[in-house]
Amino acid sequence: MHASPQSSIGQKALMAATGLILLAFVISHLLGNLLVFAGPEALNAYALKLRHMAPLLWLARALLLLAVVVHLWTSIRLSRQNRLARPVGYRRFRPGETSLSARTMLLSGVLLLAYLVYHLLQFTFHTTDPALAHLTDPLGNHDVYAMVITAFRNPWISCIYVVGMAALCAHLSHGFDSSFQSLGVNNERLLPLLQRVGQALSLAIFMGYSSIPVAVLLGIVKLR
Amino acid sequence: MRLTLKIWRQAQDNPKGTFERYDVDDVSPDMSFLEMLDILNERLMHEGKEPIAFDHDCREGICGMCSLMINGQAHGPDRGVATCQLHMRRFKDGETIVIEPWRAKAFPVIKDLVVDRSAFDRIIQAGGYVSVSTGGVPEGNTIPVPKPAAEQAMDAAACIGCGACVAACPNASAMLFVAAKVSHLATLPQGQVEKDQRVLRMVEAMDQEGFGNCTNHYECMAACPKQIHVKFITLMNREYLKASIKQP
Ligand code: HEM
Ligand code: FES
Repeated sequence: MHASPQSSIGQKALMAATGLILLAFVISHLLGNLLVFAGPEALNAYALKLRHMAPLLWLARALLLLAVVVHLWTSIRLSRQNRLARPVGYRRFRPGETSLSARTMLLSGVLLLAYLVYHLLQFTFHTTDPALAHLTDPLGNHDVYAMVITAFRNPWISCIYVVGMAALCAHLSHGFDSSFQSLGVNNERLLPLLQRVGQALSLAIFMGYSSIPVAVLLGIVKLR
Repeated sequence: MRLTLKIWRQAQDNPKGTFERYDVDDVSPDMSFLEMLDILNERLMHEGKEPIAFDHDCREGICGMCSLMINGQAHGPDRGVATCQLHMRRFKDGETIVIEPWRAKAFPVIKDLVVDRSAFDRIIQAGGYVSVSTGGVPEGNTIPVPKPAAEQAMDAAACIGCGACVAACPNASAMLFVAAKVSHLATLPQGQVEKDQRVLRMVEAMDQEGFGNCTNHYECMAACPKQIHVKFITLMNREYLKASIKQP
């Protein structure tokens, strides 16, 4: 008898492991982005440093892409199996323990995916606004600072980002403790603690990311 | 008390069913839920109608035979009790109560409110045992069991296999049932020999029956008449992942 990554527990472990990889990226990406508050020199120097670490950067990108693909693929399989497991539903069904974020993981996940595609088209591939690709700072490097501020001065774009981060917050407020449970790292005392840490962390991530478009719209962070 | 009941009726060998409405009065608040159904059945028999089929046996919360989704909650609104231990005083005079069978692909309806739970038996057959030599009864203290292990094994062994965890799970997952059985044996010294094989076999059997996957809503723990904790699901996940590293 052998274990299988296609078993229910195997698939949940894949969800959790890939989810945690993505979470690690989300946190480090936030810390880098917050350099926008330190001014253009700091943010652009950080962006340049990342580019100089090209082999490592590509390795990280490949890992993230793999994580997204596995996470997505597995979530579709799991959701399908779960739907098939109850072909006839209840007339009255009153869950008493679960949370809104837990019941809407698929919805918040789909919103996240849409957000992710938009975000990459905008700031990585510069498809939505090609002009953003050609901004340079006084040192002749790509001006990430100007790019972010130019984009976020459009309230519609800022709004998309805040909504995207709200979806991330909802997804993680169940996903965080859920992934520890799925990986078998939990117990009676740890469970409520992990739930609270997950909620606090998701809220902090939401506020951290959203602070950037909000600060741009309020004129706290501006072009220099 | 007067009550309006909306009960799922489905003839044997007929895949289709409907909700029937029954008005009952003279319900005493001291009756158990199943006694209330008994009285209704007596009336139906007097009227020459088919009584409502529902499962029950011990009627004291130890056998795991009773079931029923009552107003959207497995075993009704009280925590830590089975339907047979639920009393009518939990309901309001004039209330409408919706009564449905457990719903899961792996638990097909046999008739009315009775479902086939033999999927659980097949999961147990796949690995829910320890192999022992036959012969005389061994001396009780031959294998010392540490107190914390004994406590934990007893907590897991409290599972009566009623299937409320499956019924209450938004995904119709059987993880709490299987986890209780796996944890019970994996915690005891007698269960060590077959530990890895057991969890792998039982999880495979569970998946084959068509139960859903756990997405950690913890509805099972809220519905369980024995209040089995989801920490046993953690334990099973850990046992499974450890076994898969040892025998990939
Ligand atoms: C930044 C992107 C994302 C992060 C950080 C993330 C993180 C997580 C985490 C940590 C989990 C918990 C795993 C577990 O329950 O064991 C999870 C579950 C899940 N994710 Fe994501 N995820 C992301 C994107 C997506 C996307 C794009 C989808 C697309 C549909 C998605 C759908 C799901 C689903 C359906 C679950 C399972 C829900 C459950 O088990 O309750 N996620 N995610
Ligand atoms: S009838 Fe035995 S547990 Fe309810």
